[in-house]
Amino acid sequence: MRENLHRFFRAARGAGVRLSPAESIDAMRAVSKVGFTDRTILRDTFLLTLAKSQDEKKALGDCFDLFFDSPEPEAPPEDDKTDEQDSQGSNATSDSPGDAGGGDEQAEGLGQLAQMLLAQDRNEISAAIANAASAASLSDIRYFTQRGIFSGRILDQMGIQRLRDDLDNLTATNPALAERLTNALDGLRGTVRDTVSQALMLYGREEAENLRNEILRNAPLSRIEPRQVEQMRHLIRQIARRLRERYSKPRKRQRRGHLDVRRTLRRNAAWGGVPFLTAWKRRHRDKPKIVALCDVSGSVARVSDFFLLLIHSLHEVVDDVRSFAFSGHLIEVSDILESQSPEEAMAEIMSKVGFGSSDYGSSLDDFEHGWMSAITPQTTVIVLGDARSNNLDPRADILRRIAERSKRLVWLNPEGRMAWGWGDSEMPRYSTFCTVVRQCATAKQLERAVSDIVASYQ
Amino acid sequence: MADIGPSASIEAVESGLAAQGYIASRQIATAVYLSQQIEKPILVEGPAGVGKTELAKAIAAWRGMKMIRLQCYEGLDEAKALYEWKYAKQLLYTQILKDKLGEVLGGAPTLEAALNQLHDFGDVFFSKEFVEPRPLLQALEQPAGCVLLIDEIDKSDAEFESLLLEILSDFQVTIPELGTVSAVAPPTVILTSNSERDLGDALKRRCLHLHIGFPEQKLEERIVESRVPGISQALRRQMVGFIHELRTLDLKKLPSVSETIDWARVLVLLQASELGHEMVKDTLNVLLKYEADIEATMPQVSTFIAKASRQGVFG
Repeated sequence: MRENLHRFFRAARGAGVRLSPAESIDAMRAVSKVGFTDRTILRDTFLLTLAKSQDEKKALGDCFDLFFDSPEPEAPPEDDKTDEQDSQGSNATSDSPGDAGGGDEQAEGLGQLAQMLLAQDRNEISAAIANAASAASLSDIRYFTQRGIFSGRILDQMGIQRLRDDLDNLTATNPALAERLTNALDGLRGTVRDTVSQALMLYGREEAENLRNEILRNAPLSRIEPRQVEQMRHLIRQIARRLRERYSKPRKRQRRGHLDVRRTLRRNAAWGGVPFLTAWKRRHRDKPKIVALCDVSGSVARVSDFFLLLIHSLHEVVDDVRSFAFSGHLIEVSDILESQSPEEAMAEIMSKVGFGSSDYGSSLDDFEHGWMSAITPQTTVIVLGDARSNNLDPRADILRRIAERSKRLVWLNPEGRMAWGWGDSEMPRYSTFCTVVRQCATAKQLERAVSDIVASYQ
Repeated sequence: MADIGPSASIEAVESGLAAQGYIASRQIATAVYLSQQIEKPILVEGPAGVGKTELAKAIAAWRGMKMIRLQCYEGLDEAKALYEWKYAKQLLYTQILKDKLGEVLGGAPTLEAALNQLHDFGDVFFSKEFVEPRPLLQALEQPAGCVLLIDEIDKSDAEFESLLLEILSDFQVTIPELGTVSAVAPPTVILTSNSERDLGDALKRRCLHLHIGFPEQKLEERIVESRVPGISQALRRQMVGFIHELRTLDLKKLPSVSETIDWARVLVLLQASELGHEMVKDTLNVLLKYEADIEATMPQVSTFIAKASRQGVFG
């Protein structure tokens, strides 16, 4: 059973539950206390000891159900046949007992697997499959392309070679029995195939996910297919989680000036209260304040979508985010993003300002008149856009004023550096006022850009 | 307890808690049972008012143990949570003992001899006498064991979490001047969190993780029954049904179990025999804590009452 538990832990990791060895030890201790008799208690025990959040609880629950629900050997289609054949067999017995005796003898001469299949003992077959599966180290399965290999290995382990020989012999001597055996073999193949598919679902998920995420991370955001949008959102949430973990650490630094009397006394108690060592009051360091201006026209829209999702998932790290979206004109979208699900929010933003031809000049003008006061010396202003202003006045002077008011001005451009300054791109004129200009076309670049912005406050 | 099967012991936990007026779901009972068996703290998460703190109180009452509560807040440090030196007492004693010290050292011919003599007295001023135990240390010193409730751990700073790690895994704390203090009897530790911030993995790893959500209708009816015995069965079913309908709405703060109990008390006080339209409208402020929520609910009250009473008839 210990082996089974280990395999379950591995499956749980595949399902996205992060398990450390210490947690598995705890789980095993807990299981040794509650035993295996009651399935719901066992399930609750795993949920309590292994899962550390509600998402993990759900994933682990599903994983548990899948894991302890091994595919039954395929019975229904065989049952009919065997019934038929049993009746035939009994007919035969009543007709000519000698013949039946001969058949039995033949069955005895058969290999183990053939005997097992003919005996139709489902439990025994299940056990045999499970043994063969662990001998073939089925839990190492990672990719769906390996399904065939593993099915083959399991069947080999079970002695299919011998069965084939038996079948060849039987076809000549006892066609009825051979047919029965062939049917049973088909059933067995089906069961093994199911076992392997289930194992793939259990153990292969992690690798498959990693591979897919790696591809997604490096895919240009503006060109991903609609069906991948949901996966990308998931990935962005993971990135947000990672950034939160990295930067939500305490932000404190020593500030000389105010004496912390309590801590000073405490620290110097050993010297009778004479303050040899001083302790100073500490102050929380500012969390980042971010003002984001996002171009939502044409191809930049999708990048903006993911960028806004990322920025707004960083609550614990970022103190204050105000987001603005623009194409022809500019509006504030913070409330829309805070109050609605990402899909609805983006749909609403798009219906208000999206898909127009972009006019950076008048959008910047809107911002200066409406919200310039949102920028303080602690604010990082992030502009996300391709700086293609359709040959309209770029109003770089406003950007200069924004840069002067703010702590940092970061421009993220989804286009490659090669394209900057070509055609109607105003990038060179804008970039003179920016603290940082970087390309931001993939999830990876997006993560790095946001990470650097948050890090600059640490 | 070991010779009874686990499921029987879990039921024993359930009935034990029920005797204290805490109706526990199977999961909660399993968690309590396990925490006792493998000596691990329970980290309870869930929305406000579902009975996280109550659970600790019920366990303490059931086992007849003392409950020590540490309420967490931002800026909580070891001096307030763990122990502190009694500075005033230390200073006072040094002043009083000054003369005595002179006598003791008077005989020493050289400074070195005086120092050696002083060493022989040991760290008189850093002994147990001068330690002021705070909740965590108190919990370790209880000879009969106790229930230690660390309430709203998510409100404290991240450093405080690290301070807890030693207590949670080994039931001991290290005081630099005194050495390591181990628990006399390992306390039952309950941590609660409202998920205001993500707790560290190190902390989560050391605990059993229990999530208490809003209870199912049947369970909630039993909770109301045990807490507000005066309420009639029909009304109980109606009001719990109404609250379950309410929870399907998109509200700022959903009514939780504590609000259900409050409302039940209010209804009993007003001697209501069934949910009336006016009655609900007048008492809605017991359930909902935001003006916007009340406004959003008002137009739906009649439909909810109708639904809830239909359930009452057929359910």
